[in-house]
Amino acid sequence: MIWQNDNQQSITVAVSGSGGSGALTAGFILLAAAQRCGRYGLMMRSAGPQVRGGESVAILRIGPSTVTNIGDRVDLLAALDWRNIERFQDELALDANSLVLHDNAAGAVPSGIAASGAEQRPIDFGRRAAEHNGGRANMIAVGVLGGEMGLPLQALLDATDAVLGKKAPAAVDAAKACIATGHGGTTAGQTEREPSTAPAAAKRWRLSGNAAAGLGALRAEVGFIAAYPITPASEMLEWLAPRLERAGGTLLQAEDELAAVNMLIGASFGGVPAVTATSGPGLSLMTEGIGLAVASETPILVVDVARGGPSTGLPTKSEQADLNQALYGLHGDAPHLVLAPLDVGDCAFTVEWGSRLAERLQTAAILLSDQALGQTHAVIDPPPRCPPVLGRKGVSATSAQALTDNAIDSATDRAIDSAKPANAFARYAPSADGISPMPSPGIPGFEYTADGLAHNAQGTPSSSASDHREQLSKLMHKLTAHDYGDAWARIDRGQLADEPADSMISLLTWGSSWGAVQEATTRLREQGAQVQSIGLRLLAPLQHDQLSRAIAGTQVLVVEINATGQLFRYLNAERVLPPSARSFARPGPLPLRPAEVIAQLRLQRPQPDADENQAGGGDEHAGESLQAADVGGGY
Amino acid sequence: MAPAMIPSLRARDYLSDVKPIWCPGCGHFGVLSALTKALAYLERPKHEIAVISGIGCSSRVPAYLNCYGFHGLHGRALPLATGLKAARPDLTVIATGGDGDGFSIGGNHFLHACRRDIDLCYIVMDNAVYGMTKGQASPTTPPDWTQSALTPHGTGIPAFRPAAIALASGASFIARGFSADPHGLSELIARAILHPGFAFVHVLSPCRTYRPDDQSSWKQAVHPFGEHILSTAETAVDTPPGASTSTKLHVQDDGLGLGVLHEVARSQASTSATAGANPDRQAALDAIEAELEA
Repeated sequence: MIWQNDNQQSITVAVSGSGGSGALTAGFILLAAAQRCGRYGLMMRSAGPQVRGGESVAILRIGPSTVTNIGDRVDLLAALDWRNIERFQDELALDANSLVLHDNAAGAVPSGIAASGAEQRPIDFGRRAAEHNGGRANMIAVGVLGGEMGLPLQALLDATDAVLGKKAPAAVDAAKACIATGHGGTTAGQTEREPSTAPAAAKRWRLSGNAAAGLGALRAEVGFIAAYPITPASEMLEWLAPRLERAGGTLLQAEDELAAVNMLIGASFGGVPAVTATSGPGLSLMTEGIGLAVASETPILVVDVARGGPSTGLPTKSEQADLNQALYGLHGDAPHLVLAPLDVGDCAFTVEWGSRLAERLQTAAILLSDQALGQTHAVIDPPPRCPPVLGRKGVSATSAQALTDNAIDSATDRAIDSAKPANAFARYAPSADGISPMPSPGIPGFEYTADGLAHNAQGTPSSSASDHREQLSKLMHKLTAHDYGDAWARIDRGQLADEPADSMISLLTWGSSWGAVQEATTRLREQGAQVQSIGLRLLAPLQHDQLSRAIAGTQVLVVEINATGQLFRYLNAERVLPPSARSFARPGPLPLRPAEVIAQLRLQRPQPDADENQAGGGDEHAGESLQAADVGGGY
Repeated sequence: MAPAMIPSLRARDYLSDVKPIWCPGCGHFGVLSALTKALAYLERPKHEIAVISGIGCSSRVPAYLNCYGFHGLHGRALPLATGLKAARPDLTVIATGGDGDGFSIGGNHFLHACRRDIDLCYIVMDNAVYGMTKGQASPTTPPDWTQSALTPHGTGIPAFRPAAIALASGASFIARGFSADPHGLSELIARAILHPGFAFVHVLSPCRTYRPDDQSSWKQAVHPFGEHILSTAETAVDTPPGASTSTKLHVQDDGLGLGVLHEVARSQASTSATAGANPDRQAALDAIEAELEA
């Protein structure tokens, strides 16, 4: 059976079950097996809030080329049982072309599932598992699904060793026996059909976005982490804890997020690059500290693995709704960096880049990951390193030596007194690039006091208007004067010429929505539309000129997963969008699907600006319709 | 720079030329003097000292010294100092602040810094009032103090007992000093800096502006710790049977006894941090990346 979710010949399968049924474990084994067959893949998980005993569903999409999103629909569902399945009905996206494998012993197929029109095929997962001592139904499902997906048995068995390696040997053996049984019952198992011949095993990684973010921190030579546990960010910290130790760094579990962010500032003041990870509620608590990092020019990186909000919100599910807070949450004028990774692997790239930029620019960086990236596991090509960024601007040890030598030469009390113009070192002296040298404690001759109060160039608290103007200007200038190069965005123009053509559509997005938007772009292009996609990686400071050039003359649709169009509003406030630009913003927690984006293009035909009372019109292309609206059918 | 090449510094050599904003007669002048005396006595080079503070009158101390310093957020001196010490164990890290900063907005950090028992010296200048915001009741203000417009009937809440709470939370060194006794105080601060763990120095430091009547009597009322023991009837907590002498003293402490109140070996050998040695960083990263292929 050939499963076709789209023209990529990918397949999307789901495993669902109640707590303890091992649905997620089954998903992990299938993903690891795909990795061993030279496939790419991605696995999202959806779970209720229960700590134990909660039902969960793993949704995997496997394909021959990079998989960046979960696709439009589920081809194949293996339901280990039906408990609370209605909670996942929206995520499962079954239709008449789907196949549902279910165990009659678990009861009838629920009406909500049956209503999808999916084909139903009973498989006695439980009874066949019972044939093996210690056998479990989820492992039968792995065998069956693996066979249907064309994954060879050996790859499944090897993957089982990799995923269950820490379990008792007997449990691993039982799992393997069940997988072989399940696999043998499928067409692949019966005919020994090999999957599409696996490409020579390229070096391919399997990791979650949270792990990739942790890797980015290691690549950035982060030496200190302090954090307070929070879903869905904790895995980044737990991934890092043993590995940071191996790399020689220090990790502290803080008493709360207020402490965590201030611990970071202390470590960074000490010269050690520092990172923390949190989610929306924790970001709220850290906000005052992030402002201190900005004002005292102490570099830190805060990774927000966002979840649905407001308030405690949807702890286990995703939404891109923290953008406003990341951009505007700090009190006062507090220029800082806001970045967002565009896919699982990009979490490594963007965390490394964000940390290095913060170090160079002596500021706070907020990085907006989310649950859809952080808790998604993917098989990917190893992500590239971020572009080189100069390190923290330090002080010359030689001149420090000279200062101390002077003090020694004047070793009488009087001489020391006269050589005591304290705070003589101008820690916050304005400079051409706005960056002033930052010595670490321990270097003689450069003693200074960092301050969150408005201060003068020496760091002495000052409420004078001129000091405030000078220092604020410095804070703003150092961010805008920096050359961020090409990494500010990912732009997919396909085979198009350098300059966007008239009537071209620009799909503009950020963060975890990139994958579905980029796939929508590819599909539309194959149908003859002129489409480009732009994923913003650097959200603040906005690279206004580059973005203007990239979208000039095009019809823009801004895509994001939040209810209020936070990116759309931000870009409009920055006056970078043409008046004809449209917004596709919907709340989470469901992951964005490519077909949704295409359908929006069909719906959102822009009206001529003259009809809309919009100021700042005059865009010569404003009256054109989004051409792709007519070619995006079929989904 | 080899320590031998550092000239001996006198107490005043640790002072910056920034003029304190404190009111005439403020107790904090005496604490600043005692701190510089202790640093000179210990011969700590200025550049190896970092003084960390939050917000409030007493939190201005870092700017008045010419060591490294950080004047951070209200209530957050201890986490900032903890992060610095965890990342840079080679430094002498001292946190300073007041009773509102340390026991109210920063109260949770105080508990956990005591528990964590990391090698810090924490000096709290307690005047039982918020001075910088002009005279509101603090956690250590008696419940019947009615001089604040914000709490005209008094707070009605029993005062926070910093030393007893530090003891209960696991601090391994607790001392109490008096700002009008800079010599005794400097000795306590020096011992606190030398103590290899969390060392809490509770300093009675009168506010002449907002508490002139109540605190002028401190000079007569202070006494060596252990001389005046409250009867059980006067304390909020009964002494549990079988309690150690130290515990009894704290439970029955009148808040005016000076000296080292509690000193034990540090509760743990290392910090509570997960801290690596100092291996080949690149090799570690390469190995970690290789594991992602499996």
